[in-house]
Amino acid sequence: MQAKKRYLISLLTGAFLVLLFYFGGGVPGPAATGSRSRHGYSRPEQPWPHFSDPLQHFSPWDHSDTEEYNVHISPRQKRDVNSSVYKGKKCRMQSCFDFSLCQRNGFKVYVYPQQKGEKISESYQNILSTIEGSRFYTSDPGQACLFVLSLDTLDRDQLSPQYVHNLKTKVQSLPLWNNGRNHLIFNLYSGTWPDYTEDLGVDIGQAMLAKASISTENFRPNFDVSIPLFSKEHPRTGGDRGYLKYNTIPPFRKYMLVFKGKRYLTGIGSDTRNALYHVHNAEDVVLLTTCKHGKDWQKHKDARCDKDNAEYDKYDYREMLHNSTFCLVPRGRRLGSFRFLEALQAACVPVMLSNGWELPFSEVIDWNTAAVIGDERLLLQIPSTVHSIHQDKILALRQQTQFLWEAYFSSVEKIVLTTLEIIQDRVLQQTSRSNLMWNSHPGGLFTLPQYSSYLGDFPFFYSKLGIKPNPKFTAVIHAVTPLVSQSQPILKLLVSVARSQYCAQIIVLWNCDKPLPAKHRWPATSVPIIVIEGENKVMSSRFQPYDSIISDAVLSLDEDTVLSTTEVDFAFTVWQSFPERIVGYPARSHFWDNNKERWGYTSKWTNDYSMVLTGAAIYHRYYHSLYTNFLPNSLKSMVDQLANCEDILMNFLVSAVTKLPPIKVTQKKQYKETMMAQSSRASRWADPDHFAQRQTCMNKFASWFGGMPLVHSQMRLDPVLFKDQVSILRKKYREIERL
Amino acid sequence: MCASVKYGSRGPALIPRMKTKHRIYYITLFSVVLLGLIATGMFQFWPHSIESSAEWSLDRRSVHDAPLVRIPMSSPIPERGDLSCRMHTCFDVYRCGYNPKNKIKVYIYPLQRFVDEVGVPISSTGLSREYNDLLSAISDSDFYTDDVSRACLFIPSIDVLNQNSLRIRETAQALAMLPRWDKGMNHLLFNMLPGGPPDYNTALDVPRDRALLAGGGFSTWTYRQGYDVSIPVYSPLSAEVDLPERQPGPRRYFILSSQTAIHREYRVELERLKEENGEALLLLDKCSNLSQGLASVRKRCYKGQVYDYPQILQESSFCVVLRGARLGQATLSDVLQAGCVPVIMADSYILPFSEVLDWKRASVVIPEEKLPEMYTILKSIPHRQVEEMQRQARWFWEAYFSSMKAIGMTTLQIINDRIYPYAARTYEEWNNPPVVKWTSVNSPLFLPLIPPRSPGFTAVVLTYDRIESLFRVITEISKVPSLAKLLVVWNNQNKSPPEGYKCSMISEGLTSFFFLSRSECINKFASVFGTMPLKVVEHRADPVLYKDDFPEKLKSFPNIGSL
Repeated sequence: MQAKKRYLISLLTGAFLVLLFYFGGGVPGPAATGSRSRHGYSRPEQPWPHFSDPLQHFSPWDHSDTEEYNVHISPRQKRDVNSSVYKGKKCRMQSCFDFSLCQRNGFKVYVYPQQKGEKISESYQNILSTIEGSRFYTSDPGQACLFVLSLDTLDRDQLSPQYVHNLKTKVQSLPLWNNGRNHLIFNLYSGTWPDYTEDLGVDIGQAMLAKASISTENFRPNFDVSIPLFSKEHPRTGGDRGYLKYNTIPPFRKYMLVFKGKRYLTGIGSDTRNALYHVHNAEDVVLLTTCKHGKDWQKHKDARCDKDNAEYDKYDYREMLHNSTFCLVPRGRRLGSFRFLEALQAACVPVMLSNGWELPFSEVIDWNTAAVIGDERLLLQIPSTVHSIHQDKILALRQQTQFLWEAYFSSVEKIVLTTLEIIQDRVLQQTSRSNLMWNSHPGGLFTLPQYSSYLGDFPFFYSKLGIKPNPKFTAVIHAVTPLVSQSQPILKLLVSVARSQYCAQIIVLWNCDKPLPAKHRWPATSVPIIVIEGENKVMSSRFQPYDSIISDAVLSLDEDTVLSTTEVDFAFTVWQSFPERIVGYPARSHFWDNNKERWGYTSKWTNDYSMVLTGAAIYHRYYHSLYTNFLPNSLKSMVDQLANCEDILMNFLVSAVTKLPPIKVTQKKQYKETMMAQSSRASRWADPDHFAQRQTCMNKFASWFGGMPLVHSQMRLDPVLFKDQVSILRKKYREIERL
Repeated sequence: MCASVKYGSRGPALIPRMKTKHRIYYITLFSVVLLGLIATGMFQFWPHSIESSAEWSLDRRSVHDAPLVRIPMSSPIPERGDLSCRMHTCFDVYRCGYNPKNKIKVYIYPLQRFVDEVGVPISSTGLSREYNDLLSAISDSDFYTDDVSRACLFIPSIDVLNQNSLRIRETAQALAMLPRWDKGMNHLLFNMLPGGPPDYNTALDVPRDRALLAGGGFSTWTYRQGYDVSIPVYSPLSAEVDLPERQPGPRRYFILSSQTAIHREYRVELERLKEENGEALLLLDKCSNLSQGLASVRKRCYKGQVYDYPQILQESSFCVVLRGARLGQATLSDVLQAGCVPVIMADSYILPFSEVLDWKRASVVIPEEKLPEMYTILKSIPHRQVEEMQRQARWFWEAYFSSMKAIGMTTLQIINDRIYPYAARTYEEWNNPPVVKWTSVNSPLFLPLIPPRSPGFTAVVLTYDRIESLFRVITEISKVPSLAKLLVVWNNQNKSPPEGYKCSMISEGLTSFFFLSRSECINKFASVFGTMPLKVVEHRADPVLYKDDFPEKLKSFPNIGSL
């Protein structure tokens, strides 16, 4: 009996197992594999099923909606409605900005005259004088498109000594206020302890804000501009360069991630900093906080304070800043901090922990290429996040910090100009800069959208776009002496330049007081010769962006330059490899004169050079546009008055843009001697005043650029096989060696 | 339950030691469990086991099989979308967590048919073909997970692509009934046609709490920057018509307007432009003699002349995309597909995927007001730029507009990039067409730096066995003042090379065989790179004053070039 039951049980168990197998795994198995193989997806989960029903389209083929709408609403009315409804916090360019003011006279900025008795902080004074010195400035409010207050609005913290009282009434009483329309208000600090609101305590009406520490919540996209927080000591012009002098590979520094700063213990913005100690490991991640700030810190201190303070004093802020790969930039009481710019300059990649901060110039700068945007909620993941970043990426991030620092942040001038350029881009609309222009070298301030909105028209983006510059050049000859004899050097020059296989056309810029010579006086050449009469016959006209210049390259020549066709050909092939630089023959150098404490200019034959004179040089036609539109009138008129230094100014400009020296190519030996022998030119060069003027120019230019942009080079580019002991017949540019 | 099964498997060994009472108890228990299992198995697999006998088995799923859900009248309605929502306030990032792949996980709710209390469905179309394509593309992608607890982003299977086919209130209630709705946190809705008559809102009118919206037709006032995603309005013609890519270049017409429902005010202005500029403009309208439906969509007319649409778009350099009732227009997609540069006139419109795409390189945006100036504005654009824009337009279509899959994947990638910004795709990856990606140079050392002399340089000497010349190299190079370090790479596994071999290497090293093998290398490498990365130049760098007639002692590098 027992045995029978035992068998029965084991039988039942067996049957049970078989059934379990059959139903549990057997049936769905083949079906699932079948459908998988048929549709080629290979995941075990149950994905979205493949429905066999005939499904309808989401929108019917004919749009009857639109017609109905069209009958009822006029688009013009709709636009008017939009612009009347969306005000205040909903302001956008379409609704709160009057574009028509800009169309008449272009993008001009008016600054209200400063009133007596109004005190203005140094920082705001710097902002105002930058605008007044810029090419956007107009003193006539009737011409202006944008208005900037002379009332100091930078510090709106009521507890601050810089706080301007009664701002509200002062603003309202401005005659041109017009409820803030087309006004731009700069602000660095707003709100105060304990809640630090972003309210300025003034009704700004329809005015735009250029504000530091602005939150995404209050930021009106494409209307406000987020600017960085900068200190009183931030230089007005020029500014220090980034601290990165050379790249190291692998790009790791002594520390991986550092922070050294205050801890607030309570109140707004304290959470993240209070939690930092969790991540600190005193090895590669060093995050230090101190409670010692304010008068009564002892009262609020917590259990960690003493320990933290002791650790805090062990490290030096500067030392850590310069020796760390990443720098933590957590929010303070306000969203932004000085630390952000400090880290950027020090090539320490900022790791942002400031939720809701609209990063500076976020409208145009792609911060993912220069910073790690962290999330305050994920503080504990930050170490593993930064460790996971590949070293190639770190190298790129670090270089980008330096580019951005020097392009947009290193001085008050750059911050203000970037703000104005962003607004100008909105006004220009279809001809504004593309993202690539803002985020790659040389940056938005040096790429003028008025010149072209096409990347390939600029000298900077050829390799990024995988294209090459146009393989022809236009020669521009600057003529100042009348044409009297057929043996004049200008005629020889015309012939030898025209013979170059790369020459597209020759432009003679007639800056001579005598009338134009008759057409037949010019030699017959295979390329067209265009004679342009110079505007006002001034020096700067040689760098005018003439419409007739159609090629990318410009060969700039003095009328007495002596060049052979081979030399021109060779210089042009070199330029094709360096389209953003000046490539030419006569080289000069600058030096710092310790005795006189000023810059000096030398034309001696030396081992290095920092300028290539534009009497015989090839450069990109964009620099004509930049020279004419970017440089201030003060410098251009100085050049015109002296009739000198235009070549130095061009070199300053190009080096300021590229941060690189020009390129000197080989010239035939007799070049210098011949040039000095020329009668007309000799008078100019032999004049001792002429030389002294050039010294003065150098110093004047350097002060406007806020530093010396010229860079020395010890390299000259010669044809391969130049003066090598091989048969002259094997050399392509053999003329250059021949005396 | 689990325990009893365990016992069961060990049953026979245990039972003899038990009392008869217990034995009976166990047997009964077994039978119950067994019957239960059989019943469950039947219930679960019965319909499928029948279907599996048929050819197409599981695929013959029908949307009508989806479970029916009745929405009670009093069911809660979500709040209207909060305009201040941003990723750090309305999105629960903890759900996404840290993962080494930096990829978010997306869950799709199973399909349900929502009806109100009287049984009327919430949507007149139900699941549309496009939304179905979108969801199956997502479920086939790396983003998909079926594990709801691991998901970071949730996509409802409720189709809200076209607001016109929806009952607003009931749709909202249905959303709120989703099991993980939780105030819409981490939920993503796709909508292409927002708003309805008479004023056509620019965002979906369905109340949706904190849900993210991927919308086609946002204006700057409804778009929550960094939170919503602006998507294109999909053009079903993309799938119907195959337009081969056309080489960029000048086209027969300069400007083409192909939209059928252009407001009278604008049509008048366009016609005025046409009068001024004649043949350069082509203004098409719908054909009056054709019936409705697909056929009429594929034809356009001008003064009785019939043109094929969208083929005609390829005949123009610029194509007008004017706003209609809505800001987003499906025409944009057709225009891009044809490689025609869109001239977008829709004030305050947030262009599709504008968070990552650089539209300035592919389109011209003109304020509606300036419509009369369109011709002059477009004429001022250089030819080279127009060609580049044509190429860029076609690339945008191929990569981001061509199918619902492309639109869905781009949307998810944008959200992914926000959650893992340090692993985000770069500007170049988003915007450079493959041609540019191949030919462009993005140097890893892009910053123009002139390094100081002080750190000097490291010399690396590769050596095989030529000890003597190695020593010579070392002695020579160590005289250089800026040498910081010298590294010798000993590239010889057999330590002592045979004597006399050195000399033969020097004399025979440069034989023709040697060069032949190197040119083979060059060809091999070039084929691996796809192109020839080497560039020929005709210049070389020499010191300034090189071989110049100048006192040697005053030169920086006097010995170079002297024999």
